[in-house]
Amino acid sequence: MSDVLMEVKNLKKYFNTKQGMLHAVDDVSFKIFKGETLGLVGESGCGKSTTGRAILRLHEPTSGEVYFNSENILNYNKTQMKAMRKKLQIVFQDPYSSLNPRLSVYDLIADSLYVNKDVVSKNEIGEQISYVMDLVGLEKRLVNSFPHELDGGRRQRIGIARALILNPEFIVLDEPVSALDVSIQAQVLNLLDELQNELGLTYMFVAHNLSVVKHISDRIAVMYLGKIVELTDYKNIFADPLHPYTQALLSAIPIPKYGLERKRIVLEGDVPSPINPPPGCVFYGRCRERMDICKEVSPKLDVKKENHFVACHLYNGIDQN
Amino acid sequence: MNDNLLEIKNLSIEYVTEDGRFKAVNDLNLKIRVGETLGFVGETGAGKTTTALGIMRLVPNPPGRIVQGEIIFEGENLLEKNIKEMTSTRGNKISMIFQDPMTSLNPIMTVGKQIEEVIKLHQDIPKNEITIRAEKMLETVGIRKERFNDFPHQFSGGMKQRVVIAMALACNPKLIIADEPTTALDVTIQAQVLELMKELKEKFNTSILLITHDLGVVAEICDYVAIMYAGSAIEYANIERLFNNPLHPYTVGLFNSIPSLDEDVDKLTVISGTPPDPSHLPMGCRFHPRCPHVMEKCKENFPQAIEVEEGHFVSCFLYNKETVKEE
Repeated sequence: MSDVLMEVKNLKKYFNTKQGMLHAVDDVSFKIFKGETLGLVGESGCGKSTTGRAILRLHEPTSGEVYFNSENILNYNKTQMKAMRKKLQIVFQDPYSSLNPRLSVYDLIADSLYVNKDVVSKNEIGEQISYVMDLVGLEKRLVNSFPHELDGGRRQRIGIARALILNPEFIVLDEPVSALDVSIQAQVLNLLDELQNELGLTYMFVAHNLSVVKHISDRIAVMYLGKIVELTDYKNIFADPLHPYTQALLSAIPIPKYGLERKRIVLEGDVPSPINPPPGCVFYGRCRERMDICKEVSPKLDVKKENHFVACHLYNGIDQN
Repeated sequence: MNDNLLEIKNLSIEYVTEDGRFKAVNDLNLKIRVGETLGFVGETGAGKTTTALGIMRLVPNPPGRIVQGEIIFEGENLLEKNIKEMTSTRGNKISMIFQDPMTSLNPIMTVGKQIEEVIKLHQDIPKNEITIRAEKMLETVGIRKERFNDFPHQFSGGMKQRVVIAMALACNPKLIIADEPTTALDVTIQAQVLELMKELKEKFNTSILLITHDLGVVAEICDYVAIMYAGSAIEYANIERLFNNPLHPYTVGLFNSIPSLDEDVDKLTVISGTPPDPSHLPMGCRFHPRCPHVMEKCKENFPQAIEVEEGHFVSCFLYNKETVKEE
């Protein structure tokens, strides 16, 4: 398997809180192939952002392995990791709070270079900056503007430019469009798509909006309470969702069409607390199809159909091929 | 008989600041009938929330100012009412549900007390009956009455929004203004709250002005839709007409910008540019700098609303028959 860019094995990230151990990411494994976009969806608190950060070691994982180009980056020391970070970048959700309000667009983008000690000559920095600004569609005249003078879409473009200037191979996009209006959101989504084709980037796209994730992803992983419950390509997830949670999640999305007859599965109750979760399936309490075994044994994420991973006891009879 | 519960005529609201005058609402016309749910759709800064605050007479002054217009509610102009009359209208006949349930509840008061407070303020009934009624309201929105003495932080986001809805419904209002009531919630919780709102609107025949940016939510719950752009309603129709036959270029662009769940599109068709700055609104049609069908005329004159088919109004010169003749 030469084209696996990143492989995550049994990744765990626990936070120690007053009330006990918070299992933010609980034993998650997946692969990301070169040039693809893996979408990670789930509701608030399911651990999708923590996963995105843990694989970049922005949160130090509690345990597990993260292979990037077949090397376990969790074994890297500080210097090695710092060099590696250039290849692994992240774009944050809120373009209003993730940019230093006192830096101009020029300095915000150049900052990436300074931090990574990639500084060459002033001229060259200027050239690189105007190159990435062009790439992300920021007008040259904005180079001396400050974030507060720009709208959300442009600010998010700065965030993307900051990541791109280091020539990364892999970018975690953590809810990059959820703070933006629909018309601007569409512009940024198109931009991300173009950049991927042009630069051969690999993305992990973390978001809660399923229609956005579907649009941009090649494969989609659905998370619930720290675990991946289903992972398959974007068409399967919508055409043939297997996990009861995925089914409910899909049926809950309001679709902007008139007179659509849909059967809605309304889930009872709320997501349980990730602090000291009980054994068994994480979805047990809200599942319509729960069985006795679900209370005792946590189901493993397994191949149930071609390229279709599900963690659910309902499909125990189906053997992996 | 006039069955309009609320009618807004030529409403303009502006904010006057050191940096200039921001025209948040411009010459807005709108109506809501009894028992009807009107979706009020637009992007950030389109003037949705300002309109809602205008109806409640809660536009902060200064800097806000209602420049002109009438807001007729049950045959009376709300803008002519004095403070006392307004106070007895708010929360009683018109109530509001805000976007963020986390900040619209008092954190140091039990939810039961907060619901009681609304009833106490508006209804002249004995204390024990107030409590019974508040408990009943909680149960109406699907919260067990044993939780009456719990504080807001003990509830999850969806439950808090239910409490807010219970407060809004407590005095059996004629009109509820719901400002992005499900935006802060997760999809599965949003589905619960939308189901609840649908149920309640049928049960109490309440009119709802639903402010949202999510056309999916509109399709789910609304009867009519008004699309807002730069402070005016540029298109108005019942949802069937609006979803099946959107006319205004902005509305069409808005629909195209949403990634579809059942179709595969390689590239989204986008509306170019960004929404206008309310301190420097463009001349003529405010959408013209972004419009793919812009004509000379659009740069000079503001298009009046035209009834293209029955009950379907659009403010665009493309649909103006006279324009078509001229061209």
